[in-house]
Amino acid sequence: MNKQIRLVAFTMLVLFGVVLANLSWLQLVRAEELANHPSNTRLLLKEYALERGAIRSVNGDTLAISEPTPNSELKSIRRYPRAELFAHLTGYYSIRYGRERLERSYNEELTGEGGVVTMQDLGDRLLGKGQKGDTLVLSIDTSVQQAADNALAGRKGAIVALDPTNGQILAMVSRPSFDPNLLSQHSAQAQQDVWVRLNGDEENRPLVHRAARATYPPGSTFKVITAAAALENGMGPDTSYPASNAYQPAQTNRVIRNFGGGTCGGDMRAALRVSCNTYFSRLGAELPAGALEETAANFGFTETPPLDISAVASRMPDAEDLRSPAFRALSSIGQYSVAATPLQMALVAAGIANDGRVPVPKLVKQIEDARGAVVSQSNPEVWKEAVSASTAETIKEMMVDVAANGTARAASLPGVEVAAKTGTAQTGESGDDSIAWTIAFAPADSPRIAVAVMVEGSGPGSDETGGRVASPMVRQVLQAHRAVAGW
Amino acid sequence: MMLTGTARRNTEASLLVISLVIAVGGYWLASLARTPTLPAGIALYGAIYGAIYAAAHFAVRKLAPRADSILLPIGLMLNAVGFVLIYRLEIPTDNRGLAAAQTQWLIVAIAAFIGVLWFVKDVRSLARYRYTFAFAGVVLLLLPMLPLIGREVNGARLWIRLGPLSFQPSELGKIALVLFFAGYLSERRELLAVATRKIGPIGVPALRHFGPVAAAWAVSLVVMINQKDLGSSLLFFAIFIAMLWMATGRPIYLISGIAMFAVGAFIATQLFSHVQGRLLVWRDPFAYINERGYQVVQSLFAFATGGAWGTGLGLGRPDLIRFSVHTDFIFSSLGEELGLVGGAAVLTAYALFAAKGFGIATRCRDDFSRLLAAGLTFAISFQTVLIVGGVTNLIPLTGVTMPFMSYGGSSLLSNFIAIALMLRISDEVARAGGEAPPTELNLAAGGGR
Repeated sequence: MNKQIRLVAFTMLVLFGVVLANLSWLQLVRAEELANHPSNTRLLLKEYALERGAIRSVNGDTLAISEPTPNSELKSIRRYPRAELFAHLTGYYSIRYGRERLERSYNEELTGEGGVVTMQDLGDRLLGKGQKGDTLVLSIDTSVQQAADNALAGRKGAIVALDPTNGQILAMVSRPSFDPNLLSQHSAQAQQDVWVRLNGDEENRPLVHRAARATYPPGSTFKVITAAAALENGMGPDTSYPASNAYQPAQTNRVIRNFGGGTCGGDMRAALRVSCNTYFSRLGAELPAGALEETAANFGFTETPPLDISAVASRMPDAEDLRSPAFRALSSIGQYSVAATPLQMALVAAGIANDGRVPVPKLVKQIEDARGAVVSQSNPEVWKEAVSASTAETIKEMMVDVAANGTARAASLPGVEVAAKTGTAQTGESGDDSIAWTIAFAPADSPRIAVAVMVEGSGPGSDETGGRVASPMVRQVLQAHRAVAGW
Repeated sequence: MMLTGTARRNTEASLLVISLVIAVGGYWLASLARTPTLPAGIALYGAIYGAIYAAAHFAVRKLAPRADSILLPIGLMLNAVGFVLIYRLEIPTDNRGLAAAQTQWLIVAIAAFIGVLWFVKDVRSLARYRYTFAFAGVVLLLLPMLPLIGREVNGARLWIRLGPLSFQPSELGKIALVLFFAGYLSERRELLAVATRKIGPIGVPALRHFGPVAAAWAVSLVVMINQKDLGSSLLFFAIFIAMLWMATGRPIYLISGIAMFAVGAFIATQLFSHVQGRLLVWRDPFAYINERGYQVVQSLFAFATGGAWGTGLGLGRPDLIRFSVHTDFIFSSLGEELGLVGGAAVLTAYALFAAKGFGIATRCRDDFSRLLAAGLTFAISFQTVLIVGGVTNLIPLTGVTMPFMSYGGSSLLSNFIAIALMLRISDEVARAGGEAPPTELNLAAGGGR
């Protein structure tokens, strides 16, 4: 009888072993998959139960905050008091669609998971006071953001402004926008309805962050890079071509003409003032092979800018294509397959303003813990050594001339020197729609702000140029920042 | 010789102190997750549990001084862990007063434990009442079928309600039937073991000896069909077959038992939607995530979210499992909040209990005690495997309670009565065997029977 009892005992211990092995498999191997299963609300409930940190502008406006909802299963709801104005920066906090933008890239700080855990945090947690997330403070002043948004009112486009010396973003607007409150409701179904509506709006594409995640042909604003490439490759500002109304690059029958069929030429300064296509396409064609793409890359083209929310890289044509003088000539005036984000063009302006050094762009100025103590601060960093200080100085002088006497006069301000360059890129199937640009910085002698304005054309035949449409917007942003920063 | 008994009792006392620390410390920790202050009732709870433990301990010291030293601490420690989880689940599941009720049931269970030690001076005397136990067991098992007092809870009719008291009689029925089987089988084992024919290498007893097997099978089928209580049905049948085999050593009983179970299970899945449902959920719980698979899926989520170390007491969401989270699914709560570490510790405690229980059985001097000890140990261990396997979806879920841990008076009562019987047996073993500490030699000598 004892033999059987021992066998039963042995079998029972084996069964315990099997059960334990299965438990280990469940809690170790399958744990991650099941913990993050879409139907497992545990992690979600936990996240909504802790006090997620706020997002504030530098002047103290609340841009995102979690409000308690005591009678609901989810213990808090995310609110965005400035709704559309900061939607593309704050992003949203959605049960169904996850987190986007700052809510995504700073999730650990906002939930309080990241960063330093102090003894006080530990004490709070042990005493069940709950985890509190850190607060993000942006370098943006609401009034500058608002001015940029007002400037773009009724148009599709984007404005990016930053401090060229430290890369802190001063305004970043993309229009049309959306209301992140609607994507952060508790009801997943309501979120889905909003999502479907926003995504279905092909006409306006409100969810696209035009400032950092969409690329457009930069048109004549790209001539700044062509000029920089020439100066960096031994061609002086006195490089002159005779006045002309057409330029035909070698090995092609394609003819490049000036805007409005005009005639222009002379030295680089004169050519930039009137944004002379024949001059810059010829200059580009005569550049040594590889020079144009190298300088563009030095400003950050073809690489994703290290912004603290998601951004995309600006594009240059294939090196293969650029060997052809015709394509090089077209690329030199920002056409063909050159495509840049407004952020990248603002960084070009910032690079010129900052003695040739392109700063790392940063939205978050500092992070504070729940008690208001500063946990971390953004430090100025250089992203790209784009051009030499002397090249930057030469181009700066030419851009001041553009704002004072050239195509960007509408961007100028009384009593302060502004440096600017306009651009009007042909787009659309038949080239009859346009994108209006202006990049600028001010004050020219000690820059405080660099701006890029991009406005999508309002349709064929609208005859909108950068100087007419975008430059006045630059001025509005400069004025708003001047009022706040007092330069 | 007295020294041995004293040493065992001292071991037991130290283990009980650890168990008390778990009960009080866990209570405090679970409360910390809600409020930073010391819970108001903690001193009272500490005093009550201390008193319960002391009563149980001194009763053993007085009534069975040479009894085993770890079965009672394991039972009480598992109960303490269960108590902490029940207390922790009170508020989110809107079951205020559940922990206090569990404490009251523990008092009742320990009173019964002491009562058994007091009244049962010689466990062999119980063999005389085997048919009384048989009758009581079957009645208890079938009681919920009666109109008026029987109640259906969560689709299974395994409760009875008498005034304000709800009771799951199958838990007590389990003990009564183990007592009956031990009595019946120790009397008839030689008869049942005689092989009259041979089928291949397997000796087969006369056909009439399969009568009891058929009877047990029939009862378990009735329980499963009429009460939809898969757990009790399976447990009851498994206990019978295991004890029959332990008593006779005839593999044919094991084989025919498993075959009959297979046939019964197959027919049941064809005929009864509740059995079929359990099977479907087992194969793919996620396909029924919002209906009958909800609890199993939530249980899997609980274990997964707990991971290796758990979320910490009071910091998980085991209440998402909804009903029976403090009974059948209490191990899922444990897995979520105390992690694999906590689950493994608890399983080890059950395994230790099993090893100890079977060890006592092998050292008994008489067949009845031997079968009783082995049967009780098997019942408790197998029930644990059934429910842990069920909530982790290793096997189809059969609703049984987790011994010692689950909320419920009948469960606590029957399991502590079982411990009392085991302690009485082990005390007798120690007395009869002279010096108590079991050695390899003792085991070998016992095995000679």
